[in-house]
Amino acid sequence: MSKEELVILDCWVSPFCMSVKIALAEKGLEYEAREEDLFGGKSDLLLNSNPIYMKVPVLLHQAKPLCESTIIVNYIDETWPSPPLLPPCSYGRAQARFWADFIDKKLFDAGCNIWRSKGEAPEEAKREVIEILKQLEEALREKAFFGGDTFEFVDIITVPVTSWFHAIEKFGNFKVEDECPKFSAWMKRCMQRETVAKVLPNPEKVYEFLIMFRKMQGIE
Amino acid sequence: MAEEVKLFGAWGSPFSRRVEIALELKGIPFEYIEENVSDDKFKSPLLLKYNPIHKKVPVLLHNGKPVLESLIILEYVDETWKDNPILPEDPHERTMARFWARFIDEKCMPPVWKALLGTGEEREKALEEVRECLKTLEGVLNGKRFFGGETIGLLDIAANFIAFWLRVIQEVSGLEFLTADKCPVLIKWCDEFVSCNPVKEHLPPRDKLIAFMKNWLSGDGWTD
Repeated sequence: MSKEELVILDCWVSPFCMSVKIALAEKGLEYEAREEDLFGGKSDLLLNSNPIYMKVPVLLHQAKPLCESTIIVNYIDETWPSPPLLPPCSYGRAQARFWADFIDKKLFDAGCNIWRSKGEAPEEAKREVIEILKQLEEALREKAFFGGDTFEFVDIITVPVTSWFHAIEKFGNFKVEDECPKFSAWMKRCMQRETVAKVLPNPEKVYEFLIMFRKMQGIE
Repeated sequence: MAEEVKLFGAWGSPFSRRVEIALELKGIPFEYIEENVSDDKFKSPLLLKYNPIHKKVPVLLHNGKPVLESLIILEYVDETWKDNPILPEDPHERTMARFWARFIDEKCMPPVWKALLGTGEEREKALEEVRECLKTLEGVLNGKRFFGGETIGLLDIAANFIAFWLRVIQEVSGLEFLTADKCPVLIKWCDEFVSCNPVKEHLPPRDKLIAFMKNWLSGDGWTD
């Protein structure tokens, strides 16, 4: 597959883009990543490819656009079936989709409620993040990864948001490791994978980005 | 092993009706359990056990194992019972069906409630948002009989809210979301959809829904 066939409209700090890049890497696929200018205005290609949501990530496969990270990762899995990112049985797949949907809708936004607040982060926002992580710990149980022994769909959807945790911990004045040790252990396991380590940004850089972003938004 | 299929639903919920349509289409017999969803305190212990996170219908129970979230259940049903597939084979087409189904839930529905419950400018803005969404779906339909082509597919089933509930809401509220001049193909699709075999037995009784909506909108509360 030549590089020209796969293009991702990307943003280095977006966990949703990271999920797509990890999925592509897990499949051993080459792609071109085009960084969108966060503050310079969205490119015409982005606006034309994703007129509904006008957001990254967009995956262009042979120039056909696909949007929404969980939907894109599903597409990648169906188009290039090996190695599989979803369990073989339909019940396992339904469970994976349920957790991916839950994380996609809840985790990032809950984290945003912490770093977006002026002054001290509200206790309620911290409680929400911890509650979500505890629910994920229950889903994880004693498994190495959400899918079991192998790193799969739910891990791919979840791990990118953890690159924002260092920043969220600083703004929220708490530590994920103290509150959710199992989840923290899972994070470390994921970071040992080359595909994850290469894609996830340095958490310190994410923290610096958010400090700058908060200043720009007048939250500081 | 004999299959045991149960569905926890609510008569007025477009989400649980979606699952009924899919099971009907596939010819899967199931036991239906009606839930009172007006308040968490009325929900059955079994529903809360099987869906502790969201506490919502529908819940599909297949041989004792719960499957949650209507769009996820639709895919599960399609993967488990292969007759009359509701998703195409081609990965790109499947992905687009999923994308538009999610669009209906995340973009089309919320402004409907905003328009109903809002006033003045907020109402107008929400109304316009819904109209834009419907125009988009008109484009997606692209003159076809159904979103799925000649037969109904996942996206048609997901759009059940538009075919039936939206038109009831329109009648009760007087708000013109869906009109023949802007969306003639979509209107035709609505009529075809509600009268086709797997669907027509799995819609709420129209009068009952009208009465329910009138009651709810007049602030008399949520009565089942």
